[in-house]
Amino acid sequence: MQDWREDKTFFRATIALPVIWFMIFFVVPMAMVWAYSVGENVGPVDVAITGTFSNYAKAFSPEVLKVMWNSVWLALATTVICLIVAFPVALAMTFADEKQKTWLLLLIMLPFWTNLLIRTYALIAVMRNSGVINSGLEGLHNLLGVFGMQMGVFEPLPLLYNKFAVVVGLVYVHLPFMVLPLYAALDRLDKSLIEASLDLGAGHLETIRRVIAPLATPGIAAGLVITFIPALGAYLTPDLLGGPDDLMIASLIERQFKRANDWPFGAALSFILMYITLIFFAIRAFMERKGGKVGAH
Amino acid sequence: MSDRDAIIRVEEVSKRYGKVTAVDRVTLEIPRGEFFALLGPSGCGKTTLLRMLAGFEMPSEGKIFIDGIDMSTIPPNKRPVNMVFQSYAVFPHMTVFENVAYGLKFDNVAKADQYGRVMAALADVKLDHLAERKPDQMSGGQRQRVALARALVKKPKVLLLDEPLSALDAKLREAMRFELAELQDKVGITFVMVTHDQDEALAMAGRCAVMDRGKLMQTATPSNLYEFPANKFVADFIGSVNLFEGTLEVDEPDHAIVQSEELGGRIFFDHGVSGAGGEKMWVGIRPEKIELLKREEGAAPPTPEDAPSGCNVTAGIVRQISYLGSESIYEIDLINGRRMQVSRPNLSRWDQEDFTWDDEVWLRWHGDSPVLLQS
Repeated sequence: MQDWREDKTFFRATIALPVIWFMIFFVVPMAMVWAYSVGENVGPVDVAITGTFSNYAKAFSPEVLKVMWNSVWLALATTVICLIVAFPVALAMTFADEKQKTWLLLLIMLPFWTNLLIRTYALIAVMRNSGVINSGLEGLHNLLGVFGMQMGVFEPLPLLYNKFAVVVGLVYVHLPFMVLPLYAALDRLDKSLIEASLDLGAGHLETIRRVIAPLATPGIAAGLVITFIPALGAYLTPDLLGGPDDLMIASLIERQFKRANDWPFGAALSFILMYITLIFFAIRAFMERKGGKVGAH
Repeated sequence: MSDRDAIIRVEEVSKRYGKVTAVDRVTLEIPRGEFFALLGPSGCGKTTLLRMLAGFEMPSEGKIFIDGIDMSTIPPNKRPVNMVFQSYAVFPHMTVFENVAYGLKFDNVAKADQYGRVMAALADVKLDHLAERKPDQMSGGQRQRVALARALVKKPKVLLLDEPLSALDAKLREAMRFELAELQDKVGITFVMVTHDQDEALAMAGRCAVMDRGKLMQTATPSNLYEFPANKFVADFIGSVNLFEGTLEVDEPDHAIVQSEELGGRIFFDHGVSGAGGEKMWVGIRPEKIELLKREEGAAPPTPEDAPSGCNVTAGIVRQISYLGSESIYEIDLINGRRMQVSRPNLSRWDQEDFTWDDEVWLRWHGDSPVLLQS
């Protein structure tokens, strides 16, 4: 077949539109934000590009570092919990028959297709003091009271507006990001490798540890990265479910652009978030190179 | 058949998937130390039966005993059997050595003994010089040897082989036949092999079980399968056969006659057959057991000199010839239009010139050549 790049006119014609789009809506705005990040406020709406690094320096103040640490910590917890939850789900999907597979995939994807705001408010309805969980517990508590096992006044569990709520919300939102790459990796796995492991005397957990997990490493790496990155930059979920101490970096950025009207600092924070993201991409590339060597046939 | 020393006993085992019956009430005994083949066309249930021996499938009905122990509740990792998979299933992330050592971890073999056992198993399959290789640096044949060593190092009571030669090229396949048979002889472990290739089964196995559509058709030695097939299916599946439908007319202790419309005459047996007369039956005659003689227009059938008790003769015309070097296969039309296959060894360098297209021939076979099949 003829290489399309050989046909210069055709190649240029097809690539032109995406390139223009990319320039106008990605490169130019990014460059502007980057320019802001080395600028200074000179009036209520005016920013002078002075080439200062003071905005970046400001990001290393204890308050901001605390928010960043919070963000990384919450995103990591989310990612790890997602992996723990998603692995058995992906494994079950791999072994389900074709018809079940379609339904399971749909179940995983359904929340994904629902508006984030609706999902988050639904979570609030479940977890608030008079929500489904606490009313259920209260009912149980009262029932025990009827049988003479009264244990004082019912105190609703503090499920909302804390780090626990943020992690629950982030796990809920990001689970498909973990399930799908894991499923893709596990589904490709030659099932007779698993049977061979069992045949040679390994139990199921040993088989997962020694055969399935090592061979699914590229999928696990992909899942970790594409779960961690959006979780790190999550805005709506921590904003709605977290308390005042559970601020994540996206909310902080938002405040700079709006309430604080400090665009240069907001821009610098944005770029710091991007640098963190790039570091994790680099880690992924490194892992993939290692995993690629292992998984090659 | 109740061999005292059966390593595997399969009792009335069935396997159903919904409405499909993959294995249908199979009863089978495999003697200890034998090279046993499960033979049949694809979809006959042989692989399902093998997988039930390994424990990857559980019988819907019936029981499997391995070395006298009921396997009904025993998972694959606790069974005294090991399998060589059709795809070999060599772990790609481990070296050859790690692959072979894998199974020993779960057998409570001391670390110190593991090295010796792995290297001995690799020596058995002539791979001891490649212990540090990764599977992706090996050929298909070498990967199969890894799979063999990995299973044999566990010293299983039974080694299961799923189509072991199907993925190899023709030359290597031929060589591996002998090598596998020799290996079995050397290690003395019972081998149970699944194959759809009748040549492979006949060449390697001491006994074969032929299966069709989930049912066991016949269990016998290769020569008994060929010379004394139990039914039409086995006669047809093992080698080539000319089959004629007929009815039993005479059944005396010293001879029998079957009337066959298909052949356009009677078929003589120089021995008694025990079957009810008049019933519909089939007669099978192997192509190499038929003699070809020149026929001249209007001449009488040749009288047999070397078969005093009686012989079968019928007339035909040569229609097709396949020259295969060591033998030639002749497709011959009988007077009634029915086609028959005759094979003839090319004993001398000129034999293939004896008959050519449209030659008029006599087909002659001895009274002990045909086999009577009741089903």
